[in-house]
Amino acid sequence: MRIELTVNSETKYFRTSPDEKLLELLRRYGYMSVKKGCGEGTCGACTVIMDGSLVNSCLVFAPMAAGRSIVTVEGLGTVNDPHPYQEEFVKAGAVQCGFCTPGMILAVKSLLDQNPDPTDLDIRQALDGNLCRCTGYVKILDAVKNIIAREHEEARGGKA
Amino acid sequence: MSDIMKTKEVGRSVNKLDGLSLASGAARFVADKVPPDVLYGAILTSPHAHARIKSIDKTEALAVPGVKVVLTYRDVPRVAHTTAGQGFPEPSPYDTFCLDSKVRFVGDRVAAVAAETPEAAQEALRRLRVEYEVLPAILDPRDSMKPGAPVIHDEPEARVIIPIVYEPQKNLVARATAHMGDVEAVFKECDVVLEGSYHFSQCQHCPMEPHVCFTELDELGRLTIHTSTQVPFHVRRITAARMQLPVQKVRVIKPRIGGGFGAKQEVLIEDLCSALTLATGKPVLLEYTRAQEFISSRTRHPQYINVRMGAMNNGDLKAIDLRILMDCGAYGAHGLTVVSNSGSKNLPLYRWKAVNFLGEVVYTNLPLGGAYRGYGATQSYFATECLLDELAAKLGLDPIALRQRNHVRPGESSPIFEALGEGKAGVPQTIDACGLPECLIKGAQAIGWNEKHGKAAMQTGVTRRGVGMCALMQGSSIPEIDMGSCYLKMNEDGSFNLQMGATDLGTGSDTVLSQIAAEVLGCATEKILPYSSDTDLTPFDVGAYASSTTYLTGNAVINTATKVADQIRGVGAEMLKVPVAEVRLEDSCVVAADGRKVTFEQVGIYSLYEKNQFQIQATGSHVTHKSPPPFSAHYAEV
Repeated sequence: MRIELTVNSETKYFRTSPDEKLLELLRRYGYMSVKKGCGEGTCGACTVIMDGSLVNSCLVFAPMAAGRSIVTVEGLGTVNDPHPYQEEFVKAGAVQCGFCTPGMILAVKSLLDQNPDPTDLDIRQALDGNLCRCTGYVKILDAVKNIIAREHEEARGGKA
Repeated sequence: MSDIMKTKEVGRSVNKLDGLSLASGAARFVADKVPPDVLYGAILTSPHAHARIKSIDKTEALAVPGVKVVLTYRDVPRVAHTTAGQGFPEPSPYDTFCLDSKVRFVGDRVAAVAAETPEAAQEALRRLRVEYEVLPAILDPRDSMKPGAPVIHDEPEARVIIPIVYEPQKNLVARATAHMGDVEAVFKECDVVLEGSYHFSQCQHCPMEPHVCFTELDELGRLTIHTSTQVPFHVRRITAARMQLPVQKVRVIKPRIGGGFGAKQEVLIEDLCSALTLATGKPVLLEYTRAQEFISSRTRHPQYINVRMGAMNNGDLKAIDLRILMDCGAYGAHGLTVVSNSGSKNLPLYRWKAVNFLGEVVYTNLPLGGAYRGYGATQSYFATECLLDELAAKLGLDPIALRQRNHVRPGESSPIFEALGEGKAGVPQTIDACGLPECLIKGAQAIGWNEKHGKAAMQTGVTRRGVGMCALMQGSSIPEIDMGSCYLKMNEDGSFNLQMGATDLGTGSDTVLSQIAAEVLGCATEKILPYSSDTDLTPFDVGAYASSTTYLTGNAVINTATKVADQIRGVGAEMLKVPVAEVRLEDSCVVAADGRKVTFEQVGIYSLYEKNQFQIQATGSHVTHKSPPPFSAHYAEV
């Protein structure tokens, strides 16, 4: 079967089958930032944003995503033209092995899109579906706080 | 200390060189590199803890559309080996086969398939007909050495390749001992002697990226293994042996790795993936699911630990008797070395006058242990630090004060270092530096020890808050065994390629080692292009384990960068027409005593294109003669 899907603002047709997971479809089409960690919705490595909501793509059947808009971390920025969230994660030392990082950054984006001024508890709750085995989370939380501070600075017209 | 203060690049907070690549999703891990025509491998595992395979019928499995091959023990070379990714000769027994007619734990390999889709591979597994003769199993290590216990490794090939204790007929994998003084006599002189028994159970590393391997034949017919490993050179050696191929026919590439924590010091699935590629001629992807990580991967070795400690009323620690029974599981990987480290990383921490250590490692029909960060020290410290707290209470001393009074001091040594090696005699060493006093104080301040310690007893109810602490000692690399090396070359824009066998598995070693190179070269870390690891392109390194990379490979980088710096100075001096002794390297320039300078870019262009041309390059190695112990104090509030 064929479905129409918007991935990172680009609308295309994708071949799929009724039992294919969105995770597998995205990886088959080269969106390799979407990682398979557990395949059962516990680790968050396959996190994508679908129509503004955070989902584990390993739990979404691809045909259910038909007509929807997906954001992967490739859609935020690239190595040579990174998004501020990606920069802040690197600066804070929040990226170690990096396997969880794409999903983690999307979870941060989803949070800040809905709540630009979250409390520490809001941040922890927003990230609780994304596991990291390397960092101990402290530097990830630092990165999120730095992102918020940077956005506030930019909103005040200050220099980033 | 003054040397540390003078560095420019080492100690500078640089961004991880591969950070943006990872954060933007551009970085490629093993499963991100597979070609579209890849076959999917899958493994049938044993439902029985101990059984012989009477027959395997693969007719129906092979009839599944898309299935290309089904491998059983009849289809692969029978080569006894160890999955432990250790240096040669490995101190682990050769007791494992790619596939065998006997299974030794639930999750052990029975057969493997490769198919065009993952679904076809799974369907083939369901259609394999296997008949087992179920054997009595050992499910508790305390039963392993009892008379009449089932013999788990009754195959004639099971052996060790170095002279160490190994008695498979008794299910004994290894025995490590160390003695110092007369423990029983010293106990008699002690004011207090305490005894405690502890059990440390299995746990799994859970790297975010499960074990994954992708194999293919290159255009020369060589086997190329892309694998998520901490030990690419051991993967090459061990897989070549298992597949009966010369090392020359095997190339191992380690791309980005999603964490390892010891689990990927195991040469776990590369052999089976290779066998599927060799059988089909096709690229094959074999990856563990998260469930398989728990069932068929490795764990931290469980231990039953019995400790006796003797001390005087003034708090002086006198004697320790540490006895460990370690459950190795169904195969002997890392058995001797993990239990040796339970002693060697623990017993030198305090100034015991008498020590008795016995570590016995036995087979059971349970999932097997492997390298897991801490490597044996974690288990034994759990026991000894718990008992030390009880001793402190008995003596009426603060737990921190008891540790402060007794820990090893710089300039001191311990005969344990020499007594407990890793498959051969250990290396005597003196403690050069010990930051433990500072750690103990800083930790106590950070957690508010004086305000909080001992207060849990005054609280009521089921849930209470309390603080606890422990002190630890580790090592850095395995002395006289571990070796790392690298290759460094200069480009015409003043950048450098740094190629290392060392394995960055998310640890940041590519960046750390680049900082070390930059420090020696007098340039910014960002001018270094690190690459690790590819057995065709990068020089040998034992790999990422034993807390060794920064110390071991770091010294290899210093050696190498020093040679390259000498060459740059030589060219720069020639260009500046001054004696080489009068120039120095600074900010990517060769600077003469009078302040004249040429940039690294000018040196690069001159050396490659202008005069007396040659490639500025060097290789260097380092073998470690000691294993400097880092010390730490841990505090927790629960």
